[in-house]
Amino acid sequence: MKKSCKKFLPILAAALVISVIMSLAGNVNVRADDENGQEQVILRVSNWEEYIDEGNWDEEETIDLESGDIIGEAPMIDDFEEWYLETYGIRVKVEYSCFGTNEDLYNSLSIGDVFDLVCPSEYMFMKLMTEGALQPFSDEFFDEEDEFNYYTNGVSPFIRDIFDSHEINGEPWSKYAAGYMWGITGIVYNPEEMTAQEASSWNVLADPKFRKKITIKDNVRDSYFVAVGAVKHDLLTSEEFLSAPDYRERLEEEMNDVSDETMAKALQFLKAAKDNVYSFETELGKADMMTGKIVANYQWSGDAVYTLDQADEDDFTLEFAVPEEASNIYFDGWVMLKKGIEEDSAKQHAAEAFINFISRPDNVIRNMYYGGYTSVISGGEDERIFEYADWCYGAEEDEEDTEEYDIGYFFEEEEDRGSGEYVITAPADQVYRQLFSQYPSEEAIGHTAIMVNFDNETTEKINQMWINVRCFSILDTPVWVWIVCGVIIVLAVLLVIRRLRKKY
Amino acid sequence: MKRFAISRKTLGIPYLLWLIVFVAAPLLVIVFYAFTNGQGLFSLRNLSGFFTDPNTLGTLGYSIVIAVISTLVCLLIAYPTAYFLAHSKIKSKAVIIFIFVVPMWINFSLRISALKEVLTLIEGNLAMYPFLNAIIGMTYDFLPFMILPIYNTLINLDQSYVEAARDLGANSAMAFFKVTLPLSLPGIISGVSMVFLPAMTNYVVLDMLYNSTYIMGSLIGSYFSAYNWHGGSMISLILLAIIFVFTLATGKQGDTNDQMKGGAIL
Repeated sequence: MKKSCKKFLPILAAALVISVIMSLAGNVNVRADDENGQEQVILRVSNWEEYIDEGNWDEEETIDLESGDIIGEAPMIDDFEEWYLETYGIRVKVEYSCFGTNEDLYNSLSIGDVFDLVCPSEYMFMKLMTEGALQPFSDEFFDEEDEFNYYTNGVSPFIRDIFDSHEINGEPWSKYAAGYMWGITGIVYNPEEMTAQEASSWNVLADPKFRKKITIKDNVRDSYFVAVGAVKHDLLTSEEFLSAPDYRERLEEEMNDVSDETMAKALQFLKAAKDNVYSFETELGKADMMTGKIVANYQWSGDAVYTLDQADEDDFTLEFAVPEEASNIYFDGWVMLKKGIEEDSAKQHAAEAFINFISRPDNVIRNMYYGGYTSVISGGEDERIFEYADWCYGAEEDEEDTEEYDIGYFFEEEEDRGSGEYVITAPADQVYRQLFSQYPSEEAIGHTAIMVNFDNETTEKINQMWINVRCFSILDTPVWVWIVCGVIIVLAVLLVIRRLRKKY
Repeated sequence: MKRFAISRKTLGIPYLLWLIVFVAAPLLVIVFYAFTNGQGLFSLRNLSGFFTDPNTLGTLGYSIVIAVISTLVCLLIAYPTAYFLAHSKIKSKAVIIFIFVVPMWINFSLRISALKEVLTLIEGNLAMYPFLNAIIGMTYDFLPFMILPIYNTLINLDQSYVEAARDLGANSAMAFFKVTLPLSLPGIISGVSMVFLPAMTNYVVLDMLYNSTYIMGSLIGSYFSAYNWHGGSMISLILLAIIFVFTLATGKQGDTNDQMKGGAIL
């Protein structure tokens, strides 16, 4: 496409030249010497906003685990630079920037911005993988003997299996991507207005009982997933389907179904939902939920934790449910870009060390505390992350109404599951609340599916469907509107004719 | 004398540059994208697509309905207000105008957020009345653009015309409909064009007031965010064509009068 633009429009050519110059200027900077003449590696990192600890905590915020206190004094980035110099004797300068959406990041990469390490969601790093834009991790990154390989030694077995078993072009995700935060989608609801039963089906979004009282996400991927879950409700909840030996594979297949038939049904569902919901939102739902304007909102689990926490402060109880049909499990992962790294081994080393540093258990806890999201790191031998979960959600000793909540699936290797080592004794209501949002139960996790990256043709089709959902179709125009329009046109014509007659 | 003429021409150069870089060049890019397909080849598919898709046509219709009703409501509120202002005895009219202009200095999304809270108080559940909200939001937002041009023509209107009509036996209502109203038509047209066209595209108002149906502005945005630059450009171009036709149709009255002063204040 760019080629033909160049031919016709010198303006575009000029823009291209400027962006090339700018990207070159960026590249010149790759390895500058610092003021003492010492060699310095520059690492260009781009991440979501408010997704990494910025330090400056109050004393009171100290997380006092049994194994020691954790507090964020300086920003995580500064800590990394210091740690890297101490550990490897090389100066590194992190140029940190943020992006707003996966699409923004993709657009900025395609107009020539260069980064070394970025943290998009799974479908976007799948897209980048398909396009061959990513640099694979070095063998050293996976070396379990190296004590500084906090990622490889600390990543949850549950996440590791997903990253190993999902492939793009015959290569596993884990070759190119290291997880950062993860979560699932569900429904935050007000238990006084809605029962847990009602909140556990995506069909609630189109339920006239809650007319104009629920919000849905304003983006096509999240909405399509929900619509597919709702229209396939009967199949997905059938005994036969649930007990199939290859249930997980089939669930993923069904939830990523983009056949014309499913898409048409999803369109109908979303049209009904559009008339029924309070609004399509991205950020506003949290506030509307807390102020009681709505009784439920479709939410990502990380934001659900935040909403529930905020509501608690106002003595207002909200709960989180995961619909029974299926829930979308999503990951944000660190990937290195070929264009940035350019086979520079010093740079790649710094990038991999960055991933390892933020995967060190104490840093993981700082980032989780800061953002409310759940890290993919379980800590391996290090118990501090489980200790932190227990610190957050465990019951006080004198509490009577408690429940045993097993999150071993996240912390243990498959063969050790059920050991009872990773059970949190939590206040009974936590089982539907923050603890459940932070670490969904094994049962809920059993019904999750990944949403794959669609090819260009499908993406176009699904985007068009979304536009059709949101547009008013002229075919739906009520008869009286046509009559009114007709009358107005006839009157206008008569008026013009009368005027013309007067004139001549 | 000649030197003066040259220096006056040079004064226009900054604006000319501005025009080329920020108006003409983007327009060319839009035209280019509107008439090409993904391969960069000439194509009329975007144009025919717009007029054969019930959704895009429906959106055009919906936008026009919203714009027409908002404009009418604005006019019904603005004309009496402007008339009253122009004929009031209050000496410092600037103060009154000020009252209408000051809200414009407050950030637009802030004003709509405030409106949202007020409407929630009145309506209870805001999402129940998406169409009404859109009209109220648009009217709230664009009312000053209607009042000021009408006020400007009314204040400059020679009162002796009205007096002559009264002398010749017209009662006050007749004098108004036969003299004042026709003479203030340029102000009305200017106000209408300042309200109607933005009301067709200002989708932020709809978004913030929980109307989830697309209008022309949001439709363009959705095409762009789906990487469909071609479809989005074509819709922008069609909007431009509508504006062009509208301006041509109302241009005759617009040229001869000084109602643009109203716009200048804003």
